[in-house]
Amino acid sequence: MGKFLAVTIIVIAIASAIPVVMHTWEPPADISTHGHLIDSQRDDTMIEAGVSFLAAQILLAIFIWQFAGSKREGKRKTFPGGAKGLVGAALVLVGAEVLALGAFGTKAWATVYFTPPKADAMPIQVQAGQFAFYFRYPGPDGKFGPIHPEMINEGTQNLFGLDPEHDVESRDDIVTAEMAIPVNKEIHLLMHAKDVSHSFYVPALRVHQDFVPGLDLSLHFTATQIGKYEIVCSQLCGLGHYNMRAYLEVMSQADFDDWQKKQAAAQ
Amino acid sequence: MHEVSTAPAAHHGPPTTFIRKHVFSTDHKVIGIQYYHLALVAVVVGMVLSWLMRIHLGWTNAAIPGLQTLSPNGAPGGVMTPEYYLQLMTMHATIMVFFVLTTAPFAAFGNYFLPIQTGAEDMPFPHFNMMSFWVTLTGFLVLVSAFFVSDGPPLAGWTSYAPLSAIGKAAGPGQGAGQVIWATALAIFCVGQLLGALNFISTVLDMRCKGMTLSRLPVSAWAWFITSCMGLTAFAVLMPACILLILDHVAGTSFFIPSGLVINDQLIPHSGGSTLLWQHLFWFFGHPEVYIAIVPGMGIVTHVLVTNMRRPMLSMKAILYSMWALAFLSYMVYGHHMFVSGMNPFSSLVFSFPTLMITIPSTIVVLIWIGSLYGSQLRINTASLFALGFISMFVSGGVSGFFLAQPSIDIMLHATYFVVGHFHMVMGVAAMFGIFSGTYFWFPKMYGRMMDETLGKIHFWLTFVGTYCIFMPFHYLGWAGNVRRYAAFTDDYLKPLIPLHQFISVAALFTGAVQLIFLYNFINSRFRGKPAPPNPWEGTSLEWIMPSPPPWNNFGGKDPVVYHDAEQYGVKTASGADYIMQNSPEQALPGGDGD
Repeated sequence: MGKFLAVTIIVIAIASAIPVVMHTWEPPADISTHGHLIDSQRDDTMIEAGVSFLAAQILLAIFIWQFAGSKREGKRKTFPGGAKGLVGAALVLVGAEVLALGAFGTKAWATVYFTPPKADAMPIQVQAGQFAFYFRYPGPDGKFGPIHPEMINEGTQNLFGLDPEHDVESRDDIVTAEMAIPVNKEIHLLMHAKDVSHSFYVPALRVHQDFVPGLDLSLHFTATQIGKYEIVCSQLCGLGHYNMRAYLEVMSQADFDDWQKKQAAAQ
Repeated sequence: MHEVSTAPAAHHGPPTTFIRKHVFSTDHKVIGIQYYHLALVAVVVGMVLSWLMRIHLGWTNAAIPGLQTLSPNGAPGGVMTPEYYLQLMTMHATIMVFFVLTTAPFAAFGNYFLPIQTGAEDMPFPHFNMMSFWVTLTGFLVLVSAFFVSDGPPLAGWTSYAPLSAIGKAAGPGQGAGQVIWATALAIFCVGQLLGALNFISTVLDMRCKGMTLSRLPVSAWAWFITSCMGLTAFAVLMPACILLILDHVAGTSFFIPSGLVINDQLIPHSGGSTLLWQHLFWFFGHPEVYIAIVPGMGIVTHVLVTNMRRPMLSMKAILYSMWALAFLSYMVYGHHMFVSGMNPFSSLVFSFPTLMITIPSTIVVLIWIGSLYGSQLRINTASLFALGFISMFVSGGVSGFFLAQPSIDIMLHATYFVVGHFHMVMGVAAMFGIFSGTYFWFPKMYGRMMDETLGKIHFWLTFVGTYCIFMPFHYLGWAGNVRRYAAFTDDYLKPLIPLHQFISVAALFTGAVQLIFLYNFINSRFRGKPAPPNPWEGTSLEWIMPSPPPWNNFGGKDPVVYHDAEQYGVKTASGADYIMQNSPEQALPGGDGD
């Protein structure tokens, strides 16, 4: 029965690795300037994790195969190098491995979070609420009017609680239900939560950030491929969580300018 | 610290009535069995909930027979609503994490065997111990009562992030009474576990019999001791966090609710709170909780393996130090749950390195287990099969930690099924394998009868293959960006993944059904199993020197004396046995295979 267990472990280990090697299930292709750093870090980690996984499972299986049901014959064999060898291997090999992963991974993280947006990055505000995202563009004045939570009213479509009567900056703000951005232009995304925690997850953009009620955060990214992509909520926000999404349209600069004009006219 | 127990031989008398013997018993063994039975009931409830969830995830519009009767609002016509899915999910996770994975390996086996393995007649505070169980049971009953309030259980998940969990009814179904019940149940549970942890710690420090130095304690006792130390600090944080959450609901406080929140065009009348505060408090408890679930399993599996390999571990010290390292590091890493939460991105790097470092003690333990198999005389029985399965699962679940420890990769994998696969594999399935291994190993001692080995092996094989079929594909789903906690998959990029979900659902229903074999074996063996000898596995620790089941006062009113550690296997003795029991003054003869 030990031999059967050994074979089962090896079959499971290899079968588990096949979809990874064959790239059977992959996220949407990267469309961002920083995404390749995340993807390569992920792939490097997969090599290290994959080798560790297969090595441990196969070694486990081999020893089960070899020693299950065996009887004492003379002196007991001890694993070459003994405990000191194994502990040393764990400390040196795994220590080096995790330090390397940590160090290289820092670069990808720093690119996303430790570099400020460029001065000419385009500001867009996104507001997450149960169960929709809304977007706001500052209009020609380049400034967002302040949010007055008490004035938020879905019935009158005052989705951001704007007060154009008193706030001059609000008068040219453009509010939309979908997010359009020009290709190859850095976006400075300002994130505001209306009610509970949500998340802004765009797998194709390699962007993922929670909305924190009471704390406005910001992100910046650049999309490199024209197309339509999904923005989904990944932070449990209530009964409609699964259905909370919006579309991100990456357009040429000319198409974006047209789109913005149309949206401004529709306000 | 006393090196030798000075406790009197009998600090409480024999139980005289049925109630004192079986219900409100102060006997640690009865309390251990009560905890085990509570975990059994809880795991059945948790598993049925997971069946319902998996049917819904595979076939979203399927009508589930009988579900409408259970919840007319949650499943009109038997088809689950999205909110009911989330409510069942919250209850599944809460029940499994707290009332199965914490109670079975730690409270149940620990209560039963820790005093015995230390050579004590009972724990130092038997009434606190009794209270610990009844308080925990109350917590369970309070939690389950959430099914019966008008809006049903909460839907905010077992992590219950604020402000969804703090705002109240306006935030969604179950977020009023259901959420308060949830927080109350957990606060009660924490009290029970704190009482238990205090007892465990003082048993190990103060109740050891003559000769039982700390270095002679069996590894399972060490694991329960380490777990108690974690429990004492972790539950002490969750309890006040839950109380603060309750206060936000019932006392108008705003610990977790900032100003300016709007639901249904209504301004929420709170201000000044911090939503991230809940996450910090919860995960400061939550990450050690992962180790509270798995470290006892590691101890049990090491104990089972060393008995069945008929040789000492290559280095038991390395295993013990690694378990301590895991316990210590578990407090330094909680922020890896919050990489994209909005906390300072620099903190993410600070939390990332100790998280990666956790790989080192984990690897040491795994390598010592595997290295010790080399040259062993491994006996294959159901207990050792589950122990070997544990190693395989622990490795499979562990390596995905490489990814989740890195904030940059977490950008893609956070809150996806990759995380669900990771923690189910490590703290769910591996911990369950530890529980099963312990059950098949100690059942004869606890109930005085042997379990059926053939049924046990069938149970192992089907469970081993079945759980891999469920949880390995979770990683593929997450890899493709499949977000967790979705009641249905309607996004364009998720639709192609539905067939994989259906495969998982079939595997989950099958593997769940396989557990009926275990339940049958457990109940049948309890009443009709072969009578168990005192030491069926030829073990060395003190539980094997007493009859099966042991008398109420464990060692018959005498204090045992210990001469060895619990690893005297593969030795040469005058009687021809290949082991020496801890309480035997016999010394190994030269020429054993360990020489």
